[in-house]
Amino acid sequence: MTRISVMVDGVSYVDDVEPRTLLVHYLRERLGKTGTVVGCDTSNCGACTVHLDGRSVKSCSVFAVQVDGSEITTIEGLARDGQLHPMQQAFHDNHALQCGYCTPGMIMQAIDLLGDDPEPDEHTVREGLEGNLCRCTGYQNIVRAVLDAAEKMKPPVRATQQPSTVAGGGA
Amino acid sequence: MTATTQPTGELGRARRRKEDARLITGRTRWTDNITLPGMLHMAIVRSPLAHAKITGVNTGAASKMPGVFGVFTATDLGAQDISTPCAWQVTPDMKSPKAPPLAVDTVHFAGEGVVVVVARDPASAEDAAGAVEVDYDELPPVLDMEAALADGATLVHPELGTNRNALWVFDSAEAGTGGDVEQAIRDAEVVVKRRFHQQRLMPSFMEPRSIVVDPTGEQLTMWSSTQVPHIVKTMTALTLGLPEHKVRVIAPDVGGGFGGKLQVIPEEFLTVLIARRLGKPVKWTETRSESMVATHHGRAQIQDLTLAARRDGTVTGLKVELIADMGAYLRIITPGTPLLGAFMFNGIYKFPAYRFTCTNVFTTKTPTDAYRGAGRPEATFAIERIMDELAAELGMEPLELRERNWIKHEEFPFTTVAGLNYDSGNYEAATAKAKELFHYDGLRAEQRRRREANDPVQLGIGISTFTEMCGLAPSRILGALSYAAGGWEHASIRMLATGKVEVVTGVSPHGQGHETAWSQIVADRLGVPFEDIEVLHGDTQLAPKGMDTYGSRSLAVGGIAAVKAADKVIEKARKIAAHMLECSEADLEFAQGKFTIKGTDRAKTIQEVAFTTFAAHNLPEGMEPSLDSDATFDPENFSFPHGTHLCATEVDTETGRVTIRSYACVDDVGTVVNPLIVEGQVHGGLAQGIAQALFEEAVYDEGGTLISGTLADYLVPSAADLPSFTTDRTETPATSNPLGVKGVGEAGTIASTPAVVNAVLDAVRHLGVTDIDMPCSPQRVWRAVQSARGAAKSTSEHTTEAAAGGGLGSIDAQGGAQ
Repeated sequence: MTRISVMVDGVSYVDDVEPRTLLVHYLRERLGKTGTVVGCDTSNCGACTVHLDGRSVKSCSVFAVQVDGSEITTIEGLARDGQLHPMQQAFHDNHALQCGYCTPGMIMQAIDLLGDDPEPDEHTVREGLEGNLCRCTGYQNIVRAVLDAAEKMKPPVRATQQPSTVAGGGA
Repeated sequence: MTATTQPTGELGRARRRKEDARLITGRTRWTDNITLPGMLHMAIVRSPLAHAKITGVNTGAASKMPGVFGVFTATDLGAQDISTPCAWQVTPDMKSPKAPPLAVDTVHFAGEGVVVVVARDPASAEDAAGAVEVDYDELPPVLDMEAALADGATLVHPELGTNRNALWVFDSAEAGTGGDVEQAIRDAEVVVKRRFHQQRLMPSFMEPRSIVVDPTGEQLTMWSSTQVPHIVKTMTALTLGLPEHKVRVIAPDVGGGFGGKLQVIPEEFLTVLIARRLGKPVKWTETRSESMVATHHGRAQIQDLTLAARRDGTVTGLKVELIADMGAYLRIITPGTPLLGAFMFNGIYKFPAYRFTCTNVFTTKTPTDAYRGAGRPEATFAIERIMDELAAELGMEPLELRERNWIKHEEFPFTTVAGLNYDSGNYEAATAKAKELFHYDGLRAEQRRRREANDPVQLGIGISTFTEMCGLAPSRILGALSYAAGGWEHASIRMLATGKVEVVTGVSPHGQGHETAWSQIVADRLGVPFEDIEVLHGDTQLAPKGMDTYGSRSLAVGGIAAVKAADKVIEKARKIAAHMLECSEADLEFAQGKFTIKGTDRAKTIQEVAFTTFAAHNLPEGMEPSLDSDATFDPENFSFPHGTHLCATEVDTETGRVTIRSYACVDDVGTVVNPLIVEGQVHGGLAQGIAQALFEEAVYDEGGTLISGTLADYLVPSAADLPSFTTDRTETPATSNPLGVKGVGEAGTIASTPAVVNAVLDAVRHLGVTDIDMPCSPQRVWRAVQSARGAAKSTSEHTTEAAAGGGLGSIDAQGGAQ
């Protein structure tokens, strides 16, 4: 067992974990963060995507011991004060989900994608979501949602405040 | 949300979904999220071999490992005589092997369960499973369907004496629905014969299957990631000999199904048996790799078609000879799945003679069963492909050929040569709209230019003018087809004291958005706000009657049950409203949630009536104090969505790479409740149909091992692999139900596969290519082009091009298929 200290969705945890425990299993089984799900065993589907220190990772490809001292944001930590993240809202507005199983990972990846390129075109969005599989939607409305969120997350022209956090990490 | 005060006009409105709130925030209840006190975890040791005698099982080491509660074989569980059920005896002499939930002495496919391990946590169970030793004596695998039918073939189940499961025949001359097809072929001016291969596919829902069984209550409770909780409940009771009223099945949030979860699975029985034996809650959740070998597969047919026609393009007969792969065992509707296509090979065309035979065959592969469309995509593919072949043979424009033969809109209702009554449709309208959206004539012109310029990237246009039968019901017809159950659907409406409404439905959604759509239907009918309705489903304790969700049936059958239940609520409320208003019922009119005395402004809302009924102080004589109503709907006919799908592909003749340049479709799914949901269903359906055409294949090696058994090897398309689609609709209402709805879940998948393959072939047909097997991977396309070019060149001219390999993109797109 190895002791780790980690901040998940704004709460700090200190836990002893087996070296082989995957981050996704730590989140789901130890912390009850079942919003993050497992869709495959080869890191192809992206359903388990979370943010690790502000960047997206597939939490099935990270060991829990590797996140010692880090901040994790899951789908459950995105909404602030009852306010949906603009990406969550855009998925709802654009009917970008059906069964919803891929949705948490898809939303986390889409936010990261906008962190890299706040004004992507359709092609960039499709390429940026390549590691996240959806079987229901044919992706068309997911792409539409990400473009819609990008539009809404644009900082206002001549704004004095900082652009809103794109890939938030509990900050 | 100002609209909430105006609950009229709900039908046809693009409501955002009620389901989304929990799904976008991670507040979901997938089965694997459930944790019960003292819960144990199950892992299954599966056979790595396709066909083998089990000569020894050593569980000693595994059972001594920390945290292990037990290691069980079929015999240990007393499960050797239990058989996973098949509900479709397609012929009286159909051969059915026993299908125990764990192999007893022989394994019949790679992935079949042999031993179950139970431990305190999933990792301990997995560790112990790895320590179980199973010895096998290998037997020859049975992989090729035609070889399996040959004399002297290795038998998958020697006790059956054959690998032939059943032979099923429909003949229009015998049925009295048409002429003699052999005569039509003899008299034909043109005969086109083709063989098409329907590759094996895997449903690949995103949520792996999961089961939790709690045996500690008075009722045994099973949570299962299933499309069919009601069927699972009844079948669990029947199969395991449990009293049905002691079993409760819950399908919580379910992450997709596509037919793959229309199943009663061995793992459900195993989880029940072990939970009961140990007296503790037990969970089983499969890994993705496990899912790919153990979830049933779909398609897997060889299709031989003979089409007779006149030189002017008029079709005169169609003969279809299928061989369908059952895999190793019969699951719930395995043998009937190809027969759902039996009535659809004639498509939208007026064939005067038709004969269909289907030979079902056992192999040592994963069992097959329903996958999105179930029999109808296969049929639609074959007819739409061979119509293009006939057009090529006759040198006719393929769309004109179709128009010459299809049922004209003024000819509905139309009884087809397969005996179905197509109630409504307008193929001309859908096609005209699709052509316009697609810029058909402009693309044809570009195609000519590219051909003339000998462009290395050629343009192809593919057409699919399809129909399908869905809304599975009607019970009468299902009975005539020897299916064991009916196809009715149930709904209840509960009017609460405060005027809020609970709608209970027997269908079991897993992504379709029924909570939203049913709210719209009932809001429209009762005139209550959309937000005031809660839709309850997926738990046999709260929705005790139902036939669940598959076959594009939920709206056309279950939605109509909700309409009928709402109408009963209104009739009860009318009596009480008349009593409240001291008038006769005949004087009342009901609109927008209000009973009004005609010609006055005196009225009572349905919410006021609901409260008066609840208080029950003053009700009409003999009236029960309840507005709650149930309805069970069993339609008289299937419904028949149709549409015209047009696909333009660019085919790089130097690399074999296929790119979808544009895709336009116009679907007629009848009346639309929610256009957002309909469009989403079409998009997703298209993606799966396109995936069959271009990407996906379950590939077995010569030993019978599934070598495309992970998502790294089986190419479920990503966002980067698919284009944006242009979708539109025409609306010809169905006449078989009061809303005029038809169903949309399968249409996109059924229609799109032939549109794409026809487009690929259309791009390279002028080079001499006549067929390419699916999936049309870069390597297959490149080889087809090379071999056609090679054949075109003189034999003296040596070419080594064929040895050059797959070309660009072949590795990522072929899925290990070559």
